[in-house]
Amino acid sequence: MNKQAEFKNHQREIFHFQLRLVASIGFVLVLLAILLVRLVYLQGVRNSYYQTLAESNRIFIVPIVPNRGLILDRNGVELARNYSGYTLEINPNKTANVDATINELSTLVEVTQKDRKRFKKQLTESRDFETLMIRSRLSDEEVARFAAQQYRFPGVEIKARLFRDYPFGEKASHLIGYIGRINETDMKLLEDSGLDANYRGSDYIGKTGLEQSYESELHGTTGMEQVEVDANGRAVRKLSSATPVSGNTLVLSIDVKLQEIAEQSFGNYRGALVAIDPSNGDVLAFVSKPGYDPNPFIDGIDPQSWDELNNSPDVPLNNRALRGQYPPGSTVKPFMALAGLSFNTRKPEQAINDPGVFYLQGSSRQYRDWKKDGHGSVNMFKSIMVSCDTYYYGLAAELGIDNIFNYLSRFGFGKKTGIDLGKRLENGEFDGESTGLLPSKEWKMKRYQQIWYPGDTVSIGIGQGYSLVTPLQLAFVTATLANNGVAYKPHLVKEVRSLRSSENRFISKDPIYDLNIDPAHLDLVKSAMVAVTQPGGTAVYASLGAPYQIAGKTGTAQVIAMKQNEKYDAEKIDERHRDHAWFIAFAPAKKPKIALAVLVENGGHGGGSAAPIARKVLDYYLLGKVPKPLTDAEVKEAGEHD
Amino acid sequence: MTRRQLWQFLTSHIDRPLLLGVSLLLSTSILVLYSADNASWSQPVNQLRNIVVALTCMWLIAKLPLHYLMRTAVPVYVLGMILLIGVALFGEISHGARRWLSLGVMTIQPSELMKIGVPLMMAWYFEKNEATLTLKNYLVAALLLLLPVALIARQPDLGTALLISASGFYVLFLAGLSWWLIGIMFVSGLASAPVLWSVLHDYQRHRIMMLFDPSQDALGNGYHTIQATIAVGSGGILGQGYLNGTQTHLDFLPERTTDFIFAVYSEEFGLIGNLILLSMYAFVVLRGFIITGNASTYFTRLMAGSITLTFATYAFVNMGMVSGILPVVGVPLPLISYGGTSMLTLLLGFGMLMSIETHKKLVKT
Repeated sequence: MNKQAEFKNHQREIFHFQLRLVASIGFVLVLLAILLVRLVYLQGVRNSYYQTLAESNRIFIVPIVPNRGLILDRNGVELARNYSGYTLEINPNKTANVDATINELSTLVEVTQKDRKRFKKQLTESRDFETLMIRSRLSDEEVARFAAQQYRFPGVEIKARLFRDYPFGEKASHLIGYIGRINETDMKLLEDSGLDANYRGSDYIGKTGLEQSYESELHGTTGMEQVEVDANGRAVRKLSSATPVSGNTLVLSIDVKLQEIAEQSFGNYRGALVAIDPSNGDVLAFVSKPGYDPNPFIDGIDPQSWDELNNSPDVPLNNRALRGQYPPGSTVKPFMALAGLSFNTRKPEQAINDPGVFYLQGSSRQYRDWKKDGHGSVNMFKSIMVSCDTYYYGLAAELGIDNIFNYLSRFGFGKKTGIDLGKRLENGEFDGESTGLLPSKEWKMKRYQQIWYPGDTVSIGIGQGYSLVTPLQLAFVTATLANNGVAYKPHLVKEVRSLRSSENRFISKDPIYDLNIDPAHLDLVKSAMVAVTQPGGTAVYASLGAPYQIAGKTGTAQVIAMKQNEKYDAEKIDERHRDHAWFIAFAPAKKPKIALAVLVENGGHGGGSAAPIARKVLDYYLLGKVPKPLTDAEVKEAGEHD
Repeated sequence: MTRRQLWQFLTSHIDRPLLLGVSLLLSTSILVLYSADNASWSQPVNQLRNIVVALTCMWLIAKLPLHYLMRTAVPVYVLGMILLIGVALFGEISHGARRWLSLGVMTIQPSELMKIGVPLMMAWYFEKNEATLTLKNYLVAALLLLLPVALIARQPDLGTALLISASGFYVLFLAGLSWWLIGIMFVSGLASAPVLWSVLHDYQRHRIMMLFDPSQDALGNGYHTIQATIAVGSGGILGQGYLNGTQTHLDFLPERTTDFIFAVYSEEFGLIGNLILLSMYAFVVLRGFIITGNASTYFTRLMAGSITLTFATYAFVNMGMVSGILPVVGVPLPLISYGGTSMLTLLLGFGMLMSIETHKKLVKT
């Protein structure tokens, strides 16, 4: 009985399966029928149409390069734009003898050896029906001369193309960057990311700066024309086309007027300045001095100019604001003070006696204050105002490297800020920034296979030793401090405008983290930073006659280490070995609208060379004016030091 | 060993009709490759080597009794999953996708392994639970399918992911997934499309649009489709003649020895040639269905049915893509396109079909 039921069950199962099998066969028959219908249609019904296309005609796809997006400053001033110019182009398919044609052409317009080489290279790389440029930027006269003789040159034509132009030249060059001709490395990267189709016909790609980091926004979508061509390669008719979509416009947070004033204020000094709006992370000015003119790079810079730029001792191609790494010097002191308060290592009123030198317990090594005889009794407020080294030697030793590392790293020391400059990675982050260096026990072990000595900690307290920051990083932590510990990721692009959808995307303006600093601690440190720019502070000059309060801190980054008993004397030292000067500031102190960091290479002490640059930037941004330059005598009178 | 014994050893467990159909297609492959490679022997000879290796593997698998075949299901599936996870973590990026895993001496594409591994695993699972099949079992089987498919789709290799989904779905279908559920799956798939669409990035939407309208991408994949359609259409009823296709020999056809080889064949042999080719495929598929109908166990029925249907699907998708009715996904024309990996995978499948056909009596007794 049971067995019979099982058998019946089995029978039913087989029956069900066979139904499914029949359905499957039906499915395959349907697929077969679809294919048959399609093949009969293509090969039977439409055969003569396709026959014609294949035999007597060729179809070519001609790419139409989109206009590259513009780059504007926050007020709409054009920093990178396109202008139309004339190029002389050859269609190798229509030209019998390319070399002879070029020789003939060179009697009408100037064709340099470089132009020929470039053309040869394009000829080997080009795919199909594309005209190739032999000369760019023809003068009106050259255009006229060729036009009169054009009948002699079948397959050669004058085309209007758009060229990139950077009207500000050297100014803001490190930030905007430049485009250049697509080379093999670029091509390979494009192929690997599957973007090569969109670059058919494109000659240029962003190489550095924002032109590189926002390449995907700026390039636009390539259009195409599908044309039918006769046996001689002449376009007979257009079959279909897709219009190109121009690249998006970048609106920067940079104020180019402010940028110009900042660059001018450097005079002949080398250095960097980064100014940030602390309330949203807008980068207002981003200076790296000296700059370079990006325009010659677009069509390939000539070797001589390249050598000059590349071998200059001033390294103008180095983006100091982004990649320059310098010891922060005394600018780290306000942050050290906050660390001391946070770990309760120091009470604000707790004063130390500064004899001008500090000894670590059980060691005879001298850690000297910048002021030979010391500052006497120093509490936390005074330590920032007069930039007392001895106070911070002691504080660092008491805090210990682990606490210092934890606190400063939370603030952003030794980390990338994530600014939108550099090569764009797959995860949408940018890779261009230097990280700086906030040393820790683990780092030293990994780097030098050595344990951390208490003596290493002491110099960290005044921003020397292993510590390194970039000007951008220091501006970022200053902005975070100005904004009471609420940090915004610094960004250069404020808005991306699309021409097609009139849809504007704003860069996120949400804070990235809040350090939750005790307001009492902030009050103390900020008011001490205001005192820095008041009589008795190290940068009196910075706020002389200013109608608003400036909170600041000077700093000095040593270029060469002093021996134990040697005294630093700027006059005796080679200029390139003089100390770098730092100044960080934010203003107005009570409700900061701008925070900045200035670095002046070989500028000596921060109060003397860096603070005046900061003041000019603040005056322009807050008051809209350039202050009258002070005389040297006034500077001397102010008697500043670090 | 006498000559007779040797013959016996070589031909036992080989299904002759299936071998005949496969051999016809493989001969066509060599013939067309010679033309597609511009009358050079280099790719045809390499292909011949691929064929010899793959046929040997087919022969070995055909000799394998069914319970051995079943036993490989779990290890093959697990190995495939490990490799897929390996690809996701350490895979090499090429053309914007992470598909290959470098093992030092060689690089492999684990998604290829899963073309067999997934249906094998699902058929094994249904066989294990044959007596007490409930809705839960179908859900588990669907999960066994979705895990590798999700990993492959993430690479991203949408084409392979869809084809493996198809082979897995065939197992579910043959295992008796109710028509109601199939209907619900279909409808909910359609219904979730707008939701999915809204969470996609702009560039992802763009890619999907491109799948449906190649003329939008006339500079990339669209170019292939346009040229391939011309090649097929210009073949006409009788074809341009062997070695005479202009699209092929004037360099207009891209990837003409691999994914677009059907265009070469169509241009040179025309509609008549296509009818012959379709008959060869139909013959192989028909034989596959007969083997499926004869299969003695639940596992072998599912496996044989899935292998046959998948083979038919591959052929349809490739020919549909070349003739411009389906989006361009990287699927070779089975048994004809140049390439060792897909040849091996396909012939392993046919080896299984042969084993299923020739070992069934042993199981029944």
